[in-house]
Amino acid sequence: MSQPHILTRHMVANRTDSNTLASYEQSGGYSALRKGLNSMTPEQIRAEVKASNIRGRGGAGFPTGVKWGFLAPAEPRYLVVNGDESEPGTFKDRQLLERDPHQLVEGIIISAFALNCAKAFIYIRGEYPKPARRVQRAIDEARAAGYLGDNILGSGFSLDITLHLGAGAYICGEETALLNSLEGRRGEPRLKPPFPAVEGLYAKPTIVNNVETLSNVPWIVNNGGAAYAAIGPERSAGTRMFSLSGHVNNPGNYEIVMGLTWREFIYDLGGGVPDGRELKCWIPGGASAPWFTPDLLDTLVTIDDVGQNGSMLGSGAVVVMDETTNVVHAAHRLVRFFAHESCGQCTPCREGTTWLERVLWRIGHGMGRPEDIDLLLDVCDNISPGLRWPPAMTTICPLGPSATAPVNSIMTHFRPEVEAMIAANELVQGGVSIG
Amino acid sequence: MMDPAIDRVLTRWSPERQERARAVLAAYPERRSTVMPLLYLASREHGYCSREAMVEVGKITGLTSIQVESVASFYSMYRRQNVGKYVISVCTSISCFLRGADDVLAAIEDETNTPDGETSDDALFSVEHVECSGACGGAPAVAVNWELIEGVLPDKGRALCQWLKDTQPETVLADEMQALFGGQQSFDWGIAEPQGATSHVPAFERYDSAGDAS
Repeated sequence: MSQPHILTRHMVANRTDSNTLASYEQSGGYSALRKGLNSMTPEQIRAEVKASNIRGRGGAGFPTGVKWGFLAPAEPRYLVVNGDESEPGTFKDRQLLERDPHQLVEGIIISAFALNCAKAFIYIRGEYPKPARRVQRAIDEARAAGYLGDNILGSGFSLDITLHLGAGAYICGEETALLNSLEGRRGEPRLKPPFPAVEGLYAKPTIVNNVETLSNVPWIVNNGGAAYAAIGPERSAGTRMFSLSGHVNNPGNYEIVMGLTWREFIYDLGGGVPDGRELKCWIPGGASAPWFTPDLLDTLVTIDDVGQNGSMLGSGAVVVMDETTNVVHAAHRLVRFFAHESCGQCTPCREGTTWLERVLWRIGHGMGRPEDIDLLLDVCDNISPGLRWPPAMTTICPLGPSATAPVNSIMTHFRPEVEAMIAANELVQGGVSIG
Repeated sequence: MMDPAIDRVLTRWSPERQERARAVLAAYPERRSTVMPLLYLASREHGYCSREAMVEVGKITGLTSIQVESVASFYSMYRRQNVGKYVISVCTSISCFLRGADDVLAAIEDETNTPDGETSDDALFSVEHVECSGACGGAPAVAVNWELIEGVLPDKGRALCQWLKDTQPETVLADEMQALFGGQQSFDWGIAEPQGATSHVPAFERYDSAGDAS
C-alpha cells in the first residue's frame, strides 16, 4: 500500500544526514520560510493554515487554524511547541525531532511570523536528550544561516527560540501544565478558561502546538492549504503519523492518509500478529483511549469514525494485543501509568487512579475478590460519572477520566476473563473472601 | 548579568557551568522559568539534587528553598538522593510490557544485584522501572543515563550491565550501546549521534552534561 510522504519525505530520502542544514536546504528546506516572509502577510499564512483543515496532532484534534484565530491581540505573545510526547505507545514526535529537526524549526519560524510572536519555546520531555540535542543543533545552524535572530531574511521579523527540557512528568503534555512547568512551577494543569490563547505563558496570549502539527506548516505554505485539505477525508485532512507497537510484526511509525481500514493498517502495513496468533484487541489512540476488538477491523481510521465507534485517535498510538495477552495485567499496566503521573490536584484522579491500580494488581496476582468488579466500576464512576464516551469530567484535566478507559474496556469486552481470574483465587474458592 | 546575589552562588561553580547558567538566565523573559534548567546544572555541580543545590537555585532565582523543593519534588528526574554512576531505566509501560519488559528488568536487577528503585553498594548502578520511554516500536527499551537502547532482550540486558561494569565508560553513547546490546528499533535511527551522557543528568549540552564520542 503506497502512502504519500509529507512529514517523512526528507528523512527517508536522506537517511544519514537529514538532520543537517545542508541536507535540508538541498531538499528545498527553508523555501517555505522565504516564500512566507518575503511574499506573504501573516494574515495570508494564517488563512492557508486554516484552509488546510489540519487538526492538532497532540491528541485533542482541535483545528489548528481555529486555535490560531483565538490568539488575543495583547503583546508580548508566545508560541510554545509541545514536544513532551509521553503517552504510552507514542513515539512519533521523537522521530520527527531526531530525524528532521529543521522541518520543525522552519515550521516554528513561519508560524511565529504568522502569529506575530518574537519568542518561541520548544518543550521537550527530559527523557529525550538525543532529540533535544538534534533540535538545539538545528536552532544553532538556523541562527548562523540567518533564519533565526534579528531581521530574518531582511523581512524585519525577529525571532528567538529557547529549548526547554522537561524532567519526567507526563502531565506536562497537557498544555496548561506545560506552561506552568515552563514558568518554573509544578506541572499542574490550570483551570480553563482562561485559555492559553488569552492568558498563557506569563499570563500573555500563547499558542501551544504539537511538534507534528508545526512540522506540517512548511509543506502547507509551499503547496497551499487547499492542497493539504485535499489529502484524505474531509474532517481528517492531511497525512498523519501513527505509532504502531505491541504484538505486530512490523512495529514503527507510519505516515498515512487517514481513511484506510484498521485491517489494512494492522495487517497490510503492520504485517499482522506474530507467529500466526490471533488478534485479541488493540488500543486505537494511546493509553487514554477505549480499546477496540476485531469486530471493528473493517471500520475506518479517521478521527470521526473512531469517535463514533466509542474511542479516539488521540495521540496516534496504536497498541496491538494478541490472544496470549492477560487483559487484567495489561489494564493494570496502563492504569499504573496514570496513577504514577497524576499531579495530585484533584481528589477523584489522585485517589481513584491509585485505587484502580491496587485493585487490578490484586486481581492479577491471585488475590481478587468477587466484589472487586463492582468496586472497580464504582471507582471509575466516581472519577468519570456514567462511564460514557467522551468521558464526563470531575477533574481539571482529562488524566483521571482517561484511567477509566482500560478498566471499562476490559469489563465491556472481557468480563468473563476477569471473573475467571477472581474465581481462581484459592481463598475465594474456599468460600472465604479476605479483607 | 551583574546581580550580586547570583554572582555569590555562581562564582562557586565551575567556570563552564557558570557560563551556562548565565546563558540560561538570559534565555527566559522571567527569572522563575530558569528553575528547571538550573536544577539540572546544580545537580551536576553537587552530584545530585541535594539540599544545597536547591538552596543555591533559590538564591539565584529569588525563591525560597522550599519553593524550589516543591518544584524539584514534582519531577522524577531531579534526583534528591545520590544515584549510581549509571542509572539504568527499564521501560515497563504497556508496549514494553507486552514485549517482555518485566523479564528484562528482572535480569538487570539480578545481574547488578540491585533491586528496582535502589543503588548498588559500590554506587556503580541505580536500577529503576520507568513509565513510557517513547520507544514503543523498539520494545523492550532500556536507557542508561537517559541514552536509549531499543529492542533489549533479557540476555542482552545482562551483557549491558557486565559491559558497563568492565569498561566503565565516562560517556555512554546510544549508538555504541544499541550496536552491542540492542535489536528492533522504533524507526531507522539513520543518523550517527556524536554525543552521549556523562552523568544521570540528561545529556543536553546547554545544561552542561553532554560528552563527545571522541
